[in-house]
Amino acid sequence: MRAGVRLGFILLLAPLVLWLALLIVIPHIDMFLVSIRERVGVRQYQTSFANYLTFFQEPLYIWTFIRTAVMSVLATVITLLIAFPVSYYIAKIAKGRLQQVLFMLCLIPFYVSELVRTFGWMILLRETGIFSNLLQWAGLADQPVEMLYNDAAIMIGLVYTSMLFMVVPLTTTLESLDDSVIEAGYDLGGNGLSVLREIVIPHAAPGIVSGSIVVFMLSLGNYLTPIMLGGKDSLWFTEMIYNQFIVRFNWELGAAFGFMLLFLSSVIVWGMLKLTGQTLEKTMG
Amino acid sequence: MTPDLECIGLTRRFGDFVAVDDVSFSVPRGSFFSILGPSGCGKTTIMRMVAGFLEPSTGDILIKGKSVLDVAPNKRPVNMVFQHLALFPMMNVADNIGYGLRRQKLPRTEITRKVDEALERIGLPGIGKRRVDELSGGQKQRVAIARCMVMEPDVLLLDEPLGALDLKLREHMKIELKALQAAFDTTFVYITHDQSEALVMSDQIAVMNEGRFEQVGSGQDLYYRPDTAFVAGFIGEANRWRGRIERVEGGAMEMRTESGMLMRGATHGRALAAGDAAEIFVRPEAIRVAKDAGELDRFDNRIAGTVTSLLFNGAASRILMRDAGGDEEIEVTLPQSGEYAGLKRGDRVHIGWSGDQGNCFPVGAG
Repeated sequence: MRAGVRLGFILLLAPLVLWLALLIVIPHIDMFLVSIRERVGVRQYQTSFANYLTFFQEPLYIWTFIRTAVMSVLATVITLLIAFPVSYYIAKIAKGRLQQVLFMLCLIPFYVSELVRTFGWMILLRETGIFSNLLQWAGLADQPVEMLYNDAAIMIGLVYTSMLFMVVPLTTTLESLDDSVIEAGYDLGGNGLSVLREIVIPHAAPGIVSGSIVVFMLSLGNYLTPIMLGGKDSLWFTEMIYNQFIVRFNWELGAAFGFMLLFLSSVIVWGMLKLTGQTLEKTMG
Repeated sequence: MTPDLECIGLTRRFGDFVAVDDVSFSVPRGSFFSILGPSGCGKTTIMRMVAGFLEPSTGDILIKGKSVLDVAPNKRPVNMVFQHLALFPMMNVADNIGYGLRRQKLPRTEITRKVDEALERIGLPGIGKRRVDELSGGQKQRVAIARCMVMEPDVLLLDEPLGALDLKLREHMKIELKALQAAFDTTFVYITHDQSEALVMSDQIAVMNEGRFEQVGSGQDLYYRPDTAFVAGFIGEANRWRGRIERVEGGAMEMRTESGMLMRGATHGRALAAGDAAEIFVRPEAIRVAKDAGELDRFDNRIAGTVTSLLFNGAASRILMRDAGGDEEIEVTLPQSGEYAGLKRGDRVHIGWSGDQGNCFPVGAG
């Protein structure tokens, strides 16, 4: 009997252990080993941090690295600013069926692949696209307007792609806030702003932080959206990694870049948690 | 003196449903006013209209003589203790109590002083730094009241705040609430479906049913002299018989129940005439039990019968007895002074009550 329980436990745990080991731990160890390998000749390697040095010596790499981080943070903030009122409306103001319908509306764009969704934006924004034609028709522009291949287009794509991942945790935490607590806030003399600042936002903090972490990581690691909406010169760090691995066939440098990205996202997430006084357990629980 | 709170012809409709129907009342300064009614009778709707969360369809609400209909909830001189208290879980006790004062932009030292004073008042000094979820049910209750009382409202509204507490604590909080009301000397408007809460604490009680006030009066008024059959049935326990009036003479009357028993009673000034269909209410505690008929000479209603069951409930123990001829079951409170300790099912007993203890209402006349 006891042996049976033990076997069951092992079998249940096996997929998780395999998942962690095969897909996360082993590849990362291998990547790290690759990243600290310097090619000195044909099929000749030595251990050194030369790849990391290359990263710090080339301004384009560092520039792209910082730009990716700043844009991702910005995308997270914009997503939060748009998603918060939407979630508040869904969780607290809409009732019954309307609530479900609105939630579904947020979900529906995610039924199609990211590629198709991004193509949708290209149709809207390109020179011969819908917005350009609308502007010309309204007489606001006298020639076709190119709205693709700039930072604003990338930002739109990133925010659109991550919206759901902000709306879901926010709606969930806001729903758990008792209406009478909000009413008590007003009853004791609070106005909309002070109720928001002292009651709604502190209550929603775990949802805000967990949504922000997910959106930030998704933006930082996004490849498709910056390339498609930003064009060849989008200067996104994942694009650099892709180039090293696939185009330049320089796996050593690519692996080093990968580790820099991992380091970057860890530092920013840690900073974000420290700044808001949240812990990872509180946010994920 | 102008009353602290006055409602005139207050009505609230939700679509076709009339939740509150032309209710008028006034609450004098410093009194404890309760609205008592079954759930769904519209009492919470009245409360939310007074607090400002709902607009009345018609009617006016006056606080200290001034209409507050155009005043937003955060500007009204009323505060509310919510059903589940609605303490702010993200703040500690002191911040909870100081929340309203911070909204008034009082200086920090002033806020600290007032919060400490309030904690002293509710008998919980020094718990300001505690988190809300570390408090017991009774402590939360007191903090919720203190949070409102630091605002020095003209009227404090309490929406069934004792509902979530266990029985022992509820009994204790009843006395405590009454004491707090006296200590703060503020007008309390309390809504509840629990008659004992209302009876113990209130100066005045309004009994509400289906959107209307059935009767407003002191606890004694409601208990001894209910105005309507609903109040007679809702407040306390009562044996209830339907029948037809046979005779009315001055203040006295006689009624024959549907099962043929003759009840003597008093009209208490109600419009009753011979031949009317009527309903009579007699409280189990107004009926005297005796082992021999001689003891009951001074009562004008006397029945002999057998005990059909014993309902032991400590001080509130009752017996059910069936009268010798009919099939009426009568509930009688059993004195706990010892002489009926041996009473068993099937024993013969005599009961009697004085006619003016009963309350008789014409049926179908509201």
